[in-house]
Amino acid sequence: MKNKRRVKNQNGIANIYLVLVFLVLYAPIFYLMYYSFNSGGTMHKFEGFTLDYYREVVADTRLMIIVINTLVIALLSSTIATIIAVIGALAIHHVRSRRAKNTLLSLNNVLIVSPDVIIGASFLILFTIVGIKLGFTSVLLSHVAFSIPIAVIMILPHLQDMSPTLTDAARDLGATRRDVLTKVILPIIKPGIFSGFFMALTYSLDDFAVTFFVTGNGYSTLSVEIYSRARQGVSLSINALSTLIFLFTILLVIGYYYLNQRKSRTPVQIAEPVAEAGVPR
Amino acid sequence: MMTKGKSYYLIPYYLWIALFVIAPVLLVVYYSLFDLEGKLTLNNYVNFFTPVYMRMMLNSFWYAFLITVFSLLVAYPAAYLLTRTKHKQLWLLLIILPTWINLLLKTYAFIGIFGTFGPVNNFFDLVGLGEQQILFTGFSFVFVSVYIFIPFMILPIFSALDEMNLSLVDAARDLGASGWTTFRRVVFPLTISGVRSGCMAVFIPALSLFMITRLIAGNRVITLGTAIEQHFLVTQDWGMGSTVAVFLIAIMALFMILTGGSRKGVRG
Repeated sequence: MKNKRRVKNQNGIANIYLVLVFLVLYAPIFYLMYYSFNSGGTMHKFEGFTLDYYREVVADTRLMIIVINTLVIALLSSTIATIIAVIGALAIHHVRSRRAKNTLLSLNNVLIVSPDVIIGASFLILFTIVGIKLGFTSVLLSHVAFSIPIAVIMILPHLQDMSPTLTDAARDLGATRRDVLTKVILPIIKPGIFSGFFMALTYSLDDFAVTFFVTGNGYSTLSVEIYSRARQGVSLSINALSTLIFLFTILLVIGYYYLNQRKSRTPVQIAEPVAEAGVPR
Repeated sequence: MMTKGKSYYLIPYYLWIALFVIAPVLLVVYYSLFDLEGKLTLNNYVNFFTPVYMRMMLNSFWYAFLITVFSLLVAYPAAYLLTRTKHKQLWLLLIILPTWINLLLKTYAFIGIFGTFGPVNNFFDLVGLGEQQILFTGFSFVFVSVYIFIPFMILPIFSALDEMNLSLVDAARDLGASGWTTFRRVVFPLTISGVRSGCMAVFIPALSLFMITRLIAGNRVITLGTAIEQHFLVTQDWGMGSTVAVFLIAIMALFMILTGGSRKGVRG
């Protein structure tokens, strides 16, 4: 009896702790959203409800151009990065020697573990030496560069889980190398390609430090713009903007999970061995 | 089988490795050997060992250490409790969700929260502590960084705990171990790989944060990251900036070798 009560009590404390962690994690986000409606113009005294800052955001052409820049860079860079990452995953997968494979994997992971500042600074040197003008091209190239390794990491397990008998069978049945790639391998690793693309997309949308180093004057992405505005102090249009970004992010996440669920259901019916191997989530 | 014959299609990937992985590191090392006038010199390295940079380095390490420790202290119990909830995958997703919101926006929120008239100071007033200067201190820097890093610490620890065989815990309890002993002798050692990758995911970025120090700590805290940014973008002394970067890379490599055991556990 006594024991049971203690367990219950512990559960109570446990729940309080978890609730507290969630509260702290979400409080700043909701704090931002709440004050985006403040007519008082500050982040500490709520005077009245207003949508002025949303109007300001929508009417700000410069900001809209920056939003479009950010989206274009994200979509373009993650598409290119995913294509190169598929090649990279195939390259790593087909290397026979264990040592060569590990070396290749370590090289692949260098940019994942490197601090952003170093990536940014070294890319700045690289672009300056090669003579690439800072702006759209340099930002695009660096986003492609730092998205590739993470996409490779997402695709590789799917390749490794693929049964080699599938490609052997295809070859025996007379498929060319091209057919094997497009009709067997790519469909099987499709979930990995999608998650790789999604990760690259979020990396690109989120990145600040690297972009900050390689944007010249006149070209900006959303995070660089937010940084320069935030350095000037509190401005509620940032709050309004962040509310919009938050809603967009949630939509993106829901969309991704919805897609992922459909993607994971279909291959189960088509390719049974893959399903049995347990496609990692 | 695919490597036989033509493998032109592999070129873009190898080109990426050569251009964006190997070349940048070499370039940073190369640039660290030049001074402001473009003369070949070792002066930057000599400068690095002066008290100014040494103090900055110690400072940077101290803050990164604090951030890692506090993140671990908050994240471990949270991860442990998460594995015991009913819909744990859903809760985990909710932990991850804030990481998808731009880091700068979350940092910006704290300018309001910690500000002179912000809710924290209101609370202090209410309790009778009076108004405190929270923004632009080391404390606010550590707090905001811990806040940013907690999900990255919870994630690996959660997976380590989730993979742990629960019957081992039951066995320990059956053999008469107390809750604390079970944790210390069974649970923690079994999840040490998760703790290690969590600490790696926090410590190295914490050494190089510069936007949080600029926005929240108001240049009171100078880390290796702030120094690199300052040299590259403000004073244009790329040589010295590269030298600091070389040391950061060396520290990172050392860290990777020391914690090498845990990397093997990573999938792929």
